[in-house]
Amino acid sequence: MDGIHDLGGMSGFGPVEVERGEPVFHERWEAIAFALNALGIAVLTKYNADEYRHAVERMDPAHYLAATYYERVLTGVATLLVEKGVVSRDDLERRAGGPFPLARPVAENPTVEQRPQPSARFAVGSTVLVRDVHPRGHTRVPRYVRGKRGRVVHVAPRFSFPDAAAHGLGHRAEHTYHVEFRAKDLWADADDGTVVVDLWDGYLEPA
Amino acid sequence: MSGRRQERPAPPAARAKAVVDALSEKGLVPKDFLEMVRERASEAWSPKNGARVVARAWVDPEYRKRLLTDGTEACAELGYAGPQGEYIVVLEDTPALHNVIVCTQCSCTAWPVLGLPPDWYKSPEYRARVVREPRRVLHEMGLDLPEGVAIRVWDTTAETRYMVLPLRPSGTEGWSEERLAGIVTRDAMIGVALVTTESNRGPAD
Repeated sequence: MDGIHDLGGMSGFGPVEVERGEPVFHERWEAIAFALNALGIAVLTKYNADEYRHAVERMDPAHYLAATYYERVLTGVATLLVEKGVVSRDDLERRAGGPFPLARPVAENPTVEQRPQPSARFAVGSTVLVRDVHPRGHTRVPRYVRGKRGRVVHVAPRFSFPDAAAHGLGHRAEHTYHVEFRAKDLWADADDGTVVVDLWDGYLEPA
Repeated sequence: MSGRRQERPAPPAARAKAVVDALSEKGLVPKDFLEMVRERASEAWSPKNGARVVARAWVDPEYRKRLLTDGTEACAELGYAGPQGEYIVVLEDTPALHNVIVCTQCSCTAWPVLGLPPDWYKSPEYRARVVREPRRVLHEMGLDLPEGVAIRVWDTTAETRYMVLPLRPSGTEGWSEERLAGIVTRDAMIGVALVTTESNRGPAD
């Protein structure tokens, strides 16, 4: 989805604030939120990592930006547990003693035509074009490379295709490629230098 | 947010507890599971692991070669493997090339060698800006690279997890591997800092 999570290259953000000597978790509930996600994925197996990422992406954009990282984790986990019927929202709100904001529902038609690519079509040195498609559901192609040309610098093993896995379309695996783009091809005002994006085979076309 | 959400949300701690209690009542939370995950995340996954990998690569050319060819295997050699470390690729800095890691869409990192990422790495500011104006972001974070050094930014958009192999600072000739590991910071392995003889990990870094 063209969501708030897809932040790469967006303007308007200020300086990066660094906390020196930062602890792994600032508060105990943050560790609990993190552990609950591990529980949901690995123990209860109620959802997978792609569904989890998509649940976070589906948060109301204003809530997404205002929330801390672990509040986003908590919201994603609770959304999925409610959607999968494990717990009810009313029960959670009663126990929490107030509103429990969840993410918005999955889009009605979350995918665009997917073209499974089970074997590697590209090699190091190949020039590729990123498909310029905009699914309303989960995808891992950042907006900033859609329709852009880059060069393959590394071929990675086959991994589960997220656009399918996030929407219950069954497991299918394909290679990912580290594709290098000239930053100036992505944004005319960018610094010199390059950006490398890790992209599944089905996201790409020969160029 | 709309409708019934006008009222202020319950505090996140109360929301987290509500989920735990609701699941526990259904018998869905194995004993000690949450605490076990917290411990692993706080202790086992640590940038100190990555620092040992870097120090080994600095003193052992054969290990360095293995690390750059198959990062996953070379990290596992030192005992560092696990979730978010299934496919690790190590990025070699040179005097002419500086690597920087980001995850623009969420906050992926190689947990077994870098630990869970710090807040700044997960911030919209870093995620939005470092792909487009890395030199300025690095400058703001205290790192000024000479004009001649090219910057390559790696966006963690699939399953590869990256780690930067920084340049070994001058003045460390003859240092032991352990002493070298002591100056390698998480920030340097993400690419927002260089390693210097002075760089020191903070208390929880």
